Amino acid sequence: MWLCRIRGERREMDSERASERVTARRRLFIKLTKFSEFGIFIFIVLLVIIVSLRSPYFFTLKNFNDILLDISILFIVATGQMLVILAKGLDLSVGAGVAFVGMVVALIVSNNWGIPPAVSILIGMGCGLVCGAFNGLIVSKGRVSPVITTLGTMSIFRGLAFVVSGGAWVDAVEMPESFKLIARGNILKIPNLIFFMILVFALFYYFLNYTRTGRYIYAAGSNPSACKIIGVSVEKITLLTYSISGILFGLGGVLWVSRYASAQSDSAMGFEFVTIAACVIGGVNIAGGSGTLPGLFLGVLLLGIIINALNLVRISPFLKLAFQGLVILIAVITNVIVEKRVLKTILSK
Amino acid sequence: MNAEVGKKTKVFFRRWEWYLVILIILVNIVNAYLSPYYLNLTNLMDMTFNFMEKGFIVLIMAYIMISANIDISVASNIAMSSVVMSVLYQTGFNIWLAVLLGLCTGAAGGLLNGLIVTRFRLSSVVVTLGTYSLYRGISFLILGDKAVTKFPEGFSYVGQGYILNSPVPFQLVIFVVLTILFSIILHKTTFGRYVYSIGTNEEACRYSGVKVDRIKVILFTLSGFLSAFSGVFLTSRIGVSRPSIALNYELEIITIVVLGGVSMYGGRGTMAGVILALFLVGMLRYGLSLKNVPANMILIIIGLILICSAIMPNVVYGLRKRSEFRKEI
Repeated sequence: MWLCRIRGERREMDSERASERVTARRRLFIKLTKFSEFGIFIFIVLLVIIVSLRSPYFFTLKNFNDILLDISILFIVATGQMLVILAKGLDLSVGAGVAFVGMVVALIVSNNWGIPPAVSILIGMGCGLVCGAFNGLIVSKGRVSPVITTLGTMSIFRGLAFVVSGGAWVDAVEMPESFKLIARGNILKIPNLIFFMILVFALFYYFLNYTRTGRYIYAAGSNPSACKIIGVSVEKITLLTYSISGILFGLGGVLWVSRYASAQSDSAMGFEFVTIAACVIGGVNIAGGSGTLPGLFLGVLLLGIIINALNLVRISPFLKLAFQGLVILIAVITNVIVEKRVLKTILSK
Repeated sequence: MNAEVGKKTKVFFRRWEWYLVILIILVNIVNAYLSPYYLNLTNLMDMTFNFMEKGFIVLIMAYIMISANIDISVASNIAMSSVVMSVLYQTGFNIWLAVLLGLCTGAAGGLLNGLIVTRFRLSSVVVTLGTYSLYRGISFLILGDKAVTKFPEGFSYVGQGYILNSPVPFQLVIFVVLTILFSIILHKTTFGRYVYSIGTNEEACRYSGVKVDRIKVILFTLSGFLSAFSGVFLTSRIGVSRPSIALNYELEIITIVVLGGVSMYGGRGTMAGVILALFLVGMLRYGLSLKNVPANMILIIIGLILICSAIMPNVVYGLRKRSEFRKEI
């Protein structure tokens, strides 16, 4: 309040200079908001240099190819997570969803070897859509908080994965070669996984930035009540984001099973935390309303490089879990500090 | 006058707690039907062993959720403090000293949650999600895939003992004492009222001089402490400590609190409802295990209960509003 008043007084004093100042301020603000992504980029470069000094194997084309392969599924699922977070939600069920959809598709494929790979991908996405829409309906129509809803569906999906499989695994020998090729083949000399990642990136970059619905997602996250007033249904947006998250974790589930050539009901445990960590590191505001896809990609890339580096430097696998938690905490805290600093510089100018 | 009394009793009986009482009676009838040994005092007392540890945390989780926060890290905190305690004992500490240090570890974990939430004004969901995997990770770091199985004779009394020769478990007595304490604090003291008011409108609280941050830190620290406390009981009861202990407890604890009528958006709920919900879920779980329902099926059922109990108040509220609207017309 007082801020507005001071601003108003100043503007009265000298309107011309003030308007100049406003544009300068805006320019500065744009620069600084871009800074958070730039910061991650610098951090990645530094990390690459340091790790390359420690392990000569790290800075090779093959290793980078491996890193990209490793992060592609994470990126696909994290994109859905980002959409949900943008609209002021949170999806804790993605990890269990990946396991459940993966298990369902693996069971279907192992019983019907004739199914073409494209159809099995569609089945997975459809199955994910049902799961995601279930989340979305409960959050939007049932008015239940996202955390409660997805915590509940997390255990439901995980439990269902156990129930449909009876706790058994689906092994590599039970899957047809064509299904395993989904994640291992190449399109135009690009590995399929990376191809899918690029596809998802391009599609959602266009969707978020150049379509009306995409912009509404940001609007619904940054100011839901204003959104309602201009006649955008926040409920529909919420339902949409959860459904998209469902489709994407469905796709992720199929790719996961195809890549590791085995479906286990306890796979992708804790994957939801990795996706949330990737979003937070990538500069997506956890309270909704801001975040970009390139930022998310950098966040995912940073996580991928760190995990790859940890493996190369041979650090205990038990460290991984503690490390994930630490990364989430550090990322959200730095975000807050950076935001405060940005606000301060804007005010002082 | 008479009409007013009638209205009051009507409001009294319309409370959420009565539905829980009816459900508890139903579950008990079904359980008694499933097993002829169910309805006997010793069995009923022994049944409480299965959910008392969760009960300790449910008490403080009710406070935290009434203040519109959440603590997802409780189960990981149980694991961390239990592992710290048992490793200290293994390296030669006196068991009670180790227990004390374990309690301190839990409280420190809770304090860290509280400090991060209040200092950086972050949502408690994200912070405790981070510490959820951090604390579990720390316990894996300390103990790896090993387990501590040897504890001294006296220690097992904590989680397995009975009061003198009666069938009343030691745990249950502690729980009853804590429940009375927590109910009085929540419903009869200024601190309790502050918790409600923070849940209803935090900003207004700040402006009217309530020390919001301090209260939040106290709540989270207490939550950490009680997690460690229940970790001690759990370790003593099952006689083993390993990093994967108390997996998925947070789900059930949050389910119980929500089922007890506490709103996730804060400011609503009573201790009585939460305690009833604890017994309801505990008895339901016991009944399901009598029927040999597999653990994963129980997981699904608990998840469904969580979602249904969160939707229910909204549906009831919506219907009531609609009927009022019709009356007005």
